[in-house]
Amino acid sequence: MSFERVTLEYGTRRIWSDLSLDIPPGAFVAILGPNGSGKTSLLRAILGLVAPSSGRILVQGRSPHRGDPEIGYVPQHSNFDADLPFRGRDLVQLGVDGHRWGIGWPDPTRKARVDRAVASVDAEAYADAPIGRLSGGEQQRLRIAQALVGDPRILLCDEPLANLDLRYQQTITALITAWRERTGGTVLFVTHDVNPVLGVVDQVLFVVNGRWAAGKPDEVLTSERMSALYGSHVDVVRVHGRIVVVGESTESGFNIEEPHHVPVPVEPH
Amino acid sequence: MDQLVALLGYEFVQNAIAAGTVIAIVSGVVSRFVVARNMSFAVHALAELGFTGAAGFILLRLSPVLGLLAGTAVTAVFIGALGVRARGRDVVVGVVMAFGLGLGVLFITLYKGYANQAFAILFGTITGVSRADVLLLLAIGVVTLVSLAAIYRPLTFATVDPEVAEARGVPVGALAVAFLLIMAAAVAEAIQVVGVLLILTLLITPGASAERLTPRPGLAIIYSVAIALLCTLGGILLSLITNAPVSVFVTSLSFACYLLARFVVGPRRRDLRATSRPAESSAGAAVVEAR
Repeated sequence: MSFERVTLEYGTRRIWSDLSLDIPPGAFVAILGPNGSGKTSLLRAILGLVAPSSGRILVQGRSPHRGDPEIGYVPQHSNFDADLPFRGRDLVQLGVDGHRWGIGWPDPTRKARVDRAVASVDAEAYADAPIGRLSGGEQQRLRIAQALVGDPRILLCDEPLANLDLRYQQTITALITAWRERTGGTVLFVTHDVNPVLGVVDQVLFVVNGRWAAGKPDEVLTSERMSALYGSHVDVVRVHGRIVVVGESTESGFNIEEPHHVPVPVEPH
Repeated sequence: MDQLVALLGYEFVQNAIAAGTVIAIVSGVVSRFVVARNMSFAVHALAELGFTGAAGFILLRLSPVLGLLAGTAVTAVFIGALGVRARGRDVVVGVVMAFGLGLGVLFITLYKGYANQAFAILFGTITGVSRADVLLLLAIGVVTLVSLAAIYRPLTFATVDPEVAEARGVPVGALAVAFLLIMAAAVAEAIQVVGVLLILTLLITPGASAERLTPRPGLAIIYSVAIALLCTLGGILLSLITNAPVSVFVTSLSFACYLLARFVVGPRRRDLRATSRPAESSAGAAVVEAR
């Protein structure tokens, strides 16, 4: 996948300016930055849902187009109605043929595919329960199965660890890493906290107010690069193997949005 | 019982039962999507503006059934054009509904001797349908169900999981408009049985009851159709025996179905709860304790 001088605009607001980046097949790229910095917009451009106002994006050598079967997509945390008659396996099945016309009568081949995908994320125990009654972590496993059931080459994940407790953050990261090692697929991982994936990331792409920096985590996540990016003094501190980006306080509070990590407790069952 | 058998010999009874069957099947299927897409208010608006359409067609001495369909379809297009996104949709629906109802009032005033027909459209006319009406309702019903079958999978995708559906190339916006038109046809049909004011009893209650009975989407549609059939045909027969209006029985039966599904049958179904998960429950318990 490559970006050649890509500029993305939303209305009159410029989100990304002049982004040039090559992502080799099999890379694990973390896309970082404060909320509202356009991380999701970049994924939408790769999915072909928004066109860059200038520059060129190539996905597998082609321009992005809607419904590309080579791309699996895990969206931001979504809420399902608790009473919705829809099971985890139905969600995974949407990843097989949900985009096709017609009713889609029961089909043993499709069922076998869904079963394999459900098993690959260890979700057999709750794949037949209503999706809205599952915990956030369980839903996220099924989301990964849904994204991978179509055998994509590229996996786009939008904040897949948000609202998950530490244990589930590790589980979901492990599932994605295992898929990548098994298939050689590429992972683009949007997150506002790099720490849960620090051990597996090859490249980070950090964006602040339309400016960006890309490279290996050790090259990008430094006080110098981050200060240049934010345009004010920023310290990058390493504590207990974790990276913390801290900015000086300004009139409107801190100039860096702190990562909010309030784990949502799993509902008692 | 003899009385019932004798009644079934009358053509108007046969017409009512034939029309009721078609309407119940359409309502049952569409109701599932109305509930899942949270479109109760839009259903209500379509029905009230169907009334305006029917009043207008009666004024022009045209078929009230076609008038209903014209009213609901025009409303569907308006709502679809002005706002298909969930946020702000209710506002658009309210704006369109208020204006349309005003037109309805104008049509009633212009037409002399209108009261009976207006009452019929507001509360249902199923025992008054002609054989030609039955064929018209059947044609509308078949077109509605075939259209819905054609878009069933992408509509389900767009309803349950719109972000991923869009990413997979599903035309989410176009499907929202297509479903509004399908709803318009279903509303025009259901008005024949229960009338404008009680439309929700056939387009919400069966779908809302069904989701208390199963976690399977396909089975939920089958249950919803079964409940709609039970309420409609049961309502018609009870009305014939007692001479009370059909709507009274349809609404009572559908409310009873909902209460049964929600408080008696549903709570006993284990597959509606999240199943026990030994591997995850320990982590969950730890977090709960930490609170």
